[in-house]
Amino acid sequence: MIAYLGRRLIQSALILFGVSLITFALLYLLPADPVRQIAGRSATPQTVENIRQQLGLDQPFVVQYWHYLTKLISGDLGRSYIQRSEVTELIVSRLPASLLLMVGAILCELLIGLSMGLIAAVKRGTATDQTLMVASFVGVSAPQFVVGLLLLYVFAVRLSWFPIGGYGTWRHLVLPSLTMGILGAGWYARMMRSSMIDVLRQDYVRTARAKGLARSAIIFRHALPNAILPVIAMIGIDIGIFMGGIVVVESVFGWPGIGQLAWQAIQRVDIPIIMGVTLVSAFAIVLGNLLADIIAPFIDPRIKLR
Amino acid sequence: MKKFLASTVAASALALMLGMTSVRAEDAVDPNAKQGGAITITYKDDVATLDPAIGYDWQNWSMIKSLFDGLMDYEPGTTNLKPDLAESYEIAPDGKTFTFKLRHGVKFHNGREMTADDVKYSLDRVTNPKTQSPGAGFFGSIKGYDDVAAGKAEGLSGVTVVDPYTVKFELTRPDATFLHVMAINFAHVVPKEEVEKYGADFGRHPVGTGAFKLTEWTLGQRLVFERNPDYWHKGLPHLDKITFEIGQEPIVALLRLQKGEVDMLGDVIPPAKFQEVMADPEQKARVVEGGQLQTGYVTMNTTMAPFDNVKVRQAVNMAINKARVVQIINNRAVPANQPLPPSMPGYNKDYKGYPYDVAKAKALLAEAGHPDGFETQLFAMNTDPNPRIAQAIQQDLAVIGIKASIQSLAQANVIAAGGDKAGAPMIWSGGMAWIADFPDPSNFYGPILGCAGAVPGGWNWSWYCNKDLDAKAAEADSVVDPAKAGERDKMWSAIYDKVMEDAPWVPIFNEQRFTLKSARMGGADNLYVDPVHIPINYDNVYVKDVQ
Repeated sequence: MIAYLGRRLIQSALILFGVSLITFALLYLLPADPVRQIAGRSATPQTVENIRQQLGLDQPFVVQYWHYLTKLISGDLGRSYIQRSEVTELIVSRLPASLLLMVGAILCELLIGLSMGLIAAVKRGTATDQTLMVASFVGVSAPQFVVGLLLLYVFAVRLSWFPIGGYGTWRHLVLPSLTMGILGAGWYARMMRSSMIDVLRQDYVRTARAKGLARSAIIFRHALPNAILPVIAMIGIDIGIFMGGIVVVESVFGWPGIGQLAWQAIQRVDIPIIMGVTLVSAFAIVLGNLLADIIAPFIDPRIKLR
Repeated sequence: MKKFLASTVAASALALMLGMTSVRAEDAVDPNAKQGGAITITYKDDVATLDPAIGYDWQNWSMIKSLFDGLMDYEPGTTNLKPDLAESYEIAPDGKTFTFKLRHGVKFHNGREMTADDVKYSLDRVTNPKTQSPGAGFFGSIKGYDDVAAGKAEGLSGVTVVDPYTVKFELTRPDATFLHVMAINFAHVVPKEEVEKYGADFGRHPVGTGAFKLTEWTLGQRLVFERNPDYWHKGLPHLDKITFEIGQEPIVALLRLQKGEVDMLGDVIPPAKFQEVMADPEQKARVVEGGQLQTGYVTMNTTMAPFDNVKVRQAVNMAINKARVVQIINNRAVPANQPLPPSMPGYNKDYKGYPYDVAKAKALLAEAGHPDGFETQLFAMNTDPNPRIAQAIQQDLAVIGIKASIQSLAQANVIAAGGDKAGAPMIWSGGMAWIADFPDPSNFYGPILGCAGAVPGGWNWSWYCNKDLDAKAAEADSVVDPAKAGERDKMWSAIYDKVMEDAPWVPIFNEQRFTLKSARMGGADNLYVDPVHIPINYDNVYVKDVQ
């Protein structure tokens, strides 16, 4: 177990190093000059060169990357080109909002997805099953931008049940969580359905049924706990999909998280912020996967760590 | 009010003739304005920094003007210069020395009195390369600038503190735009002790002499400005509090305004909703329309064949149906025929421009040796409505045989292509179009049409460089005497007429600004489309529902 953990930690560190190198190289190769963005349209060539020097952007790639890396190891993500604030501070101030949205979204997708999958499996082959599966397919394929605006229009503008975007109370959290959750719910519904169908085919379920146990007892006491475990183990992997979604959803709902920060930084070639958010997201994804793998054997004894 | 202004102007003109001294009269304050109340304004993008030496965005431009002051400013809602922190100024007859007398008793938000030392410190700071100010180049005419910019000196030798209330500027050349430069945000006065206390984070902890103070800044969410009770300009500001909510998508912000949760959209009315808003009489009545010091244009790279032939460039000028382009953006602009926008001094009302004439365009192309047209590329920014505008231009060009393929790219990439001599044959400037830094005709020349801008990484994307015109521009800018402003404007008109003869650009349109406000907002319409305090003059607007 410890050897496994050590190996995985080294792997994770290597992945993060790779992500930082590739992202840095891509941003370096971008056919856009960040200094021109900082200097603005009225700057003289001298001003532009001065800024380039001050930021060390006149150095060769290797030197720039080395500077970045050495600072990164001491936990310094640098200063934003445009906002001129510490990137760490910008990210830390926005991280709670993104984490809150993540918790909300995971609750939504589990609640919706698992119940849909369960019902579909139990009613396998019926019209209900088919309707639910079509719905899950729509959930998976609907663009989040559209879903978000649609929910906003119906529930916030028309019905006034929730505020129109913003951040602060639990009521602000519902619609963005739902928007994020609908995508994941589709996946969970499909996984839950097949997992449940597998379990319902097992011998012990047949035995329970032969014993004359009530249908609800079979489903909820015997089948569900076994079917749900492998599905739950997917949450770690889910973080990757989640990180992709927050950029869009946070922008639509004016949610002050790191996705919105990234979106604004990308538009303005604010490289330190893009790097910082990418690394933090990569870290979250790597961590999520690692945790999922470590927890898996506890949930499902058939899995062994090697 | 009008009469009052006229008399002020006449008085200062007279004073100028006598000894070229201008003394300000107290500004009038709107007698209908009510004191108090709080408003909420939304913005899509984050506020980057409130450091006047650095901030250069749509969002923070007017915010900085409300937190800080400069020696000069403009009459609210207009482009008329007036002394601000300065009480009066004097221009030496050679146009190279400007002496400003400061008002007494002006206090920074930290309670300390502002003096001439602060003015000098602020200018030394903004020109110091370590500050990384995008506006450093505006101060190029001050003596000693080159040494400071090169890192050879710590301060500008041309700025002298005569006494605590007098500061003298010596220039290396007569500069007619210098009073405008003293009004630009980059020249606003900052207190040294606060800058040193916060260092690189001063932009997050701004302390100025302005009408409002920053009392809260929750990153990525909101900024709160509260009234500065010690503001030197008695009677201003009218509002007690302004809350800026940021990170709000314009469509969402519009919905909130319609529900009464928001008083003003800091960004433009979202294009998808524009017609809906304008079709509703109740909402339309709350829309304020105003001109902008902006021109959208197509550049043609004059160093690249076939655009090195003036006839080809003139043909393109005649081939584009500007009225149709304006329709694409819901008539939120007026067709343009010259580089300067109509509200800019020096705009030539009598200039007719190139007519939309396909037959003539074809004939010119044939004369230039391209009877069957040619293939080229048109670069444009990839955000709506720019690709649609580029397509309209593409279709117009196809009619005279020019097959332009559209390169729709992110803003930074288009800027990079334009700054590369072999990068882009044609560029539609939308989304990056030139908005004046200050209301002076020279502002549309140097960086975008002059030789100085035709350098790698520059903004003169047509790479047009006419040395003769550069000399004429320098001559016009040496006419410093405000009494000769009319003459100087004429000189500039002639320069732009000549530019149009050489046709490095196709001026397409001048955008109009439409601001939507809530029913409770009061104050003259021009405050909501202020040409300088962009987008809104926060100091002078008020709410009608306070007691």
